[in-house]
Amino acid sequence: MMSHSLKSNLGEKIVGKPTPRKEGPGKVTGEARYIDDLSFPDMLYGATVRSQIARGMLKKITFRPDVPWSEFVVVSVPDIPGKNYIALIENDQPCLAEKVVNHPEEPILLLAHPDRYMLPNAVAAVSIEYEPLPALFSIEESERKSEIIWGQDNVFKSYQIEKGDVDAIWAKADYIVEGEYSTGAQEQLYIETQGVIATYDCEQGVTVWGSMQCPYYVHKALMVVCDLPEDKVRVVQTETGGAFGGKEEYPSMIAAHAALLARKSGRPVKIVYDRAEDMAATTKRHPSRTRHRTALTKDGKILGGEIEFVIDGGAYQTLSPVVLSRGTIHAGGPYHWPAVRIIAKALATNAPPHGAFRGFGAPQSLFAMERHMDRIARTVKVSPAEIRRRNFLKPGQTTITEQTISEPIDLEKLLDRALVLSDYESKKSRFRQQGKNGKRKGGLGIAAFLHGAGFTGSGERYLSSVVGIEGQPNGGVRVLVSSTEFGQGTNTVLCQIAAEALGLEYGDVAIAQPDTAQVPNSGPTVASRTAMVVGKLLESAALGLKQTLIRAGMLGEPYAAEEFRCACRAYMERYGELRSLARYEQPDGIHWDDQKYRGAAYAAFAWAVYVAEVSVDLTAYSVSVDDFVALQEVGRVINPVLARGQVLGGVAQGIGFALYEKVEWRHGRMQNSQMTNYIVPTSADVPPIRVYFEEIANQHGAFGAKGIGELPMDGPAPAIVNAVEDALGIPFNSIPLMPEEICEALTAAAGPPSAGHSFSGVR
Amino acid sequence: MKTSAQKREFSLNVNGVPRNIRAYPAERLLDVLRYLGLTGTKEGCGEGECGACSVLVDGRLVVSCLMPVAQAEGAKLLTIEGVTGNQRFRSLQETFAEGGGAQCGICTPGMILAGGHLLERNPAPTIEEIREALSGNLCRCTGYLQIFEAVAEAARRCAGT
Amino acid sequence: MRSNPAEFEWAAPATLEEAVKVLAGDPDAWLPIAGGTDLMVQFAAGTLERRRFLNIWNLGELRRIDGFPGELQVGAGSTYTDLRENDIITREFPLLGRTASWTGGIANQNRGTLGGNVANASPAADSLPALMVYGADLILTSTRGDRRVRYEDFHTGYKRMNLAPDELIRTICLPRRFSGYISYARKIGTRKAQAIAKVCIAAVGRLAKDSTQLMLEDVRIAVGSVAPVPLRLRNAEQLLNRRPLDEARVELACKAAAAEIQPISDLRSTAKYRAQIVNNLVREFLDTLAARERER
Ligand SMILES: Cc1cc2nc3c(=O)[nH]c(=O)nc-3n(C[C@H](O)[C@H](O)[C@H](O)COP(=O)(O)OP(=O)(O)OC[C@H]3O[C@@H](n4cnc5c(N)ncnc54)[C@H](O)[C@@H]3O)c2cc1C
Ligand code: FES
Ligand code: FES
Repeated sequence: MMSHSLKSNLGEKIVGKPTPRKEGPGKVTGEARYIDDLSFPDMLYGATVRSQIARGMLKKITFRPDVPWSEFVVVSVPDIPGKNYIALIENDQPCLAEKVVNHPEEPILLLAHPDRYMLPNAVAAVSIEYEPLPALFSIEESERKSEIIWGQDNVFKSYQIEKGDVDAIWAKADYIVEGEYSTGAQEQLYIETQGVIATYDCEQGVTVWGSMQCPYYVHKALMVVCDLPEDKVRVVQTETGGAFGGKEEYPSMIAAHAALLARKSGRPVKIVYDRAEDMAATTKRHPSRTRHRTALTKDGKILGGEIEFVIDGGAYQTLSPVVLSRGTIHAGGPYHWPAVRIIAKALATNAPPHGAFRGFGAPQSLFAMERHMDRIARTVKVSPAEIRRRNFLKPGQTTITEQTISEPIDLEKLLDRALVLSDYESKKSRFRQQGKNGKRKGGLGIAAFLHGAGFTGSGERYLSSVVGIEGQPNGGVRVLVSSTEFGQGTNTVLCQIAAEALGLEYGDVAIAQPDTAQVPNSGPTVASRTAMVVGKLLESAALGLKQTLIRAGMLGEPYAAEEFRCACRAYMERYGELRSLARYEQPDGIHWDDQKYRGAAYAAFAWAVYVAEVSVDLTAYSVSVDDFVALQEVGRVINPVLARGQVLGGVAQGIGFALYEKVEWRHGRMQNSQMTNYIVPTSADVPPIRVYFEEIANQHGAFGAKGIGELPMDGPAPAIVNAVEDALGIPFNSIPLMPEEICEALTAAAGPPSAGHSFSGVR
Repeated sequence: MKTSAQKREFSLNVNGVPRNIRAYPAERLLDVLRYLGLTGTKEGCGEGECGACSVLVDGRLVVSCLMPVAQAEGAKLLTIEGVTGNQRFRSLQETFAEGGGAQCGICTPGMILAGGHLLERNPAPTIEEIREALSGNLCRCTGYLQIFEAVAEAARRCAGT
Repeated sequence: MRSNPAEFEWAAPATLEEAVKVLAGDPDAWLPIAGGTDLMVQFAAGTLERRRFLNIWNLGELRRIDGFPGELQVGAGSTYTDLRENDIITREFPLLGRTASWTGGIANQNRGTLGGNVANASPAADSLPALMVYGADLILTSTRGDRRVRYEDFHTGYKRMNLAPDELIRTICLPRRFSGYISYARKIGTRKAQAIAKVCIAAVGRLAKDSTQLMLEDVRIAVGSVAPVPLRLRNAEQLLNRRPLDEARVELACKAAAAEIQPISDLRSTAKYRAQIVNNLVREFLDTLAARERER
């Protein structure tokens, strides 16, 4: 399925090759420095005193006298020089709670001490009296509005999408299929917990080093809290040990805390959360509930439908509007809806705010869509593959936001190939033959889906990102972006793009450490935008650099790498600096209406069909994923090893989302905030995941790239739960799907207690 | 009951170098190594679950977050900083860096130590044996498969095939 | 890390004799620490009440495995790796080797000890059902001397046991009389590896030919995580022993087992699930016995 433009690009020397990870050597030798690996002279350690209740008024704070308080630095609200909120969208989340608390683990006071071993005791020695207020702990409770905990109606944000005449379709329908689906909270569980070090001095202002995705978000938040101008705030990203969205917004909070302690003490302050604090206090994936009502013709073609998509945002709005937006736009899946109405809401509850996590709302609404497709298939009595085939979006048709599909995507072919790769038909007939009394039952499940690359709608225009590249004294170049590496391959992929654009060797390109004092704002490292948007900008910045050398008469085309290096050295000797910047401009033909939620939602979509093979153990009621085919079209694959790694990691997280990862809530607090009780897949739990790519070059991305980071999170959960239904004939519509629920369903169906395991006796 | 301990001198052999360090006996070996500047040993959980803090103590894989330094007195310790003298570990470092074995890298030192511990005992492990040997080391980025491949490839290189 | 190591004293006796002396000096204050894989987790969580560690890790007298003609004596300080590497255990006490192999990952097996598993007394502990079915004895030691107790009676309630504050577990004794038995163990955990048991089971038994039919003999079944203590399913066993193995028997045994267990719902699972799993595992064990017989 390679398009022409791609073929003509195959002369590329570096793009498309498995160049080794730029920062790999540091990571395998232990030399890479993560935030907790750094320490400064005279440094203090900081800790946070947090709310013990879900909602209430703060009455009184007492310090138990057996702690040497004079040795501690204590920060409370009056110590905040600027405004007491973490700047994001609505700015509704305080940096420190002042009069009320709205969720368990909300920060109230900060402590610092030179001996980190002294802190846990001290935190426990601050006792806080509250006057509790009634609290809300679920979507349903928030909807009922027995309490108003946010705004007028507990609604952080709502959207409505209308396409076609939905009210007219019901009369024409041969089938109307309804379903309700839900997904639970999911912890990012990056293995490096959140952490920062802050310094403060009157002249230079505040500097924060830390584990983060978005240095400029932190920069903005610090300006507000510390009341400092732009040039008195500096934010540096240190090597980051995993993020997955979890280090998109939260680092602003912990950075503000460390900065306040540093300001008050005049000393550097390090705050690194331990695992329990990180899990209990920081963000998770939004829990969701989706309701579908779909009108179909007798042969299963979608006439239209209504989708209601609701997410639990936790106690503050933070990023919920954007998570909701992406979830909403993906709610219709890769299908053609002649008419559709989507009503979407993000609601407030008294849990810690939910936030960004790989996929950003799409895994939630796509779980519902893909489970619903199987329900439709059963109702209409066609196969899961066929029902999808009949409804796939085709080039020239429009998405639910009425964006015309202009790329030559052929989803039927993608599906066919996935079925062949997974040996679907022959496995299916084998499973059909397996007896009633086996110890395991096998099943297959399909998920077809899409993922928009880049910010939604006008997002990229507002961001207006800037990317730079500069010459180096040795004749090589250095990429200047605030885009961060946290394992997903930013450094490597951007260096490949720059090398390719300039005809240099991979080794000639370095990348600057993201430091707001050194690099321009290339936007946040989120939304699968880096390879596509930032990469494309880098390509133009690189071309600008080359033009400068050519115009200066120091370089002529074509040239060899060594000629470039000579020219670069000569230029720098003469003029001191060789630098080129490129700023984002919205491509023509991309229109988005934020009011009606209509138009070109994304510059490009990545497409995928995943097939999961599972077996259900009828003794333990556990699901094991035995084989997994992940086939996707992601535009040009810049680095095949890294791209495969993104898919493998995403699928593993998807398996966790579907089968293992359950946050146990009690009054808004996570009860299982330890790795021993919050269960993620180990090396023994992942199947041999088989990864395949189709490549259609994307005109908007660098060398044809689209986004890849989030896509693989969307498909595994519905594919797996569809496979479980295939195996057992029982529909499960809520994840994580735990053995306890399967046990419940199977024993209810068969009657206790002999169900589950049949005894075959001695003969 | 209020008790207090004094810091004491402990002699450890760290990566072949004898070292005397002052520490509280109950201090975690993890913290002591990191105070020595050996920050390649990472903390991911502090509860023995993630394996990021893995080191070898007298040749055996151990999570250093659950070992009081006093229990390591007199022992030979090997951390990621000290592995380069050993061909198996060096091969693992190469194959992890060349392939997709390291993404964010925070689990990588522990993975390499667990992988080397396996190869010392089983120079030609099957994928299933690699799975078992690494099952105490969590990785949230890679989905593990490229880690298995890196270990298998390192084994091949060491065998010279 | 939520404890302050400056608040924790440390004693490191060179011999077991010295260790019990130190312990006898103030039995309620000292906390024996072996591999630390339970204690150091509590240390990190800041939940330890006692502040004096008595180090027994690597004490030679505790870390040995001796085969005598009628009995295998396993030092309480033997690690799971020690168990997995021991030939007699692999051959004659396969349940112990297998449960050791799924007690956490390799690093945990290099440090966690059998004595620690017994003394930590978690109802979910993996090796304890195996010790029960093998009819283990424990040798406990103190300055007052040694005493030998039946392991099956050792746990007296949730985290309570027949161990005086001044005593240490010295040895776990296993009678060498199980060759020829069919053995079965399974752990239903939260995932495939590095998991805590929602239910675990260990069982042995034999099928012997009576004059006319096959009879069950010396069936022994123990389960974990379904009561405050690891539990031997005595009533179920009684219904099975010296009886033919047929569906009606299996049914009766499962009913009896259901009445013996007291599962609860907690962070890891539900009472209902646990009860159903015990039923299924008892059946699977009996099915395994039957299948072995068919194979012959
Ligand atoms: C990551 C991880 C995974 C785990 N997985 C499992 C698992 O799958 N299954 C399982 O059963 N357990 C598991 N555990 C728990 C633990 O490893 C075992 O219980 C182990 O056997 C404890 O032994 P230890 O020597 O480390 O005990 P320690 O922590 O040293 O001590 C535990 C308790 O026993 C007492 N004690 C120790 N030795 C003696 C003795 N000789 N006499 C008297 N008292 C003594 C101590 O005072 C303490 O109260 C896991 C732990 C971790 C950290
Ligand atoms: S930090 Fe030691 S195992 Fe996680
Ligand atoms: S590479 Fe990130 S946790 Fe393993």
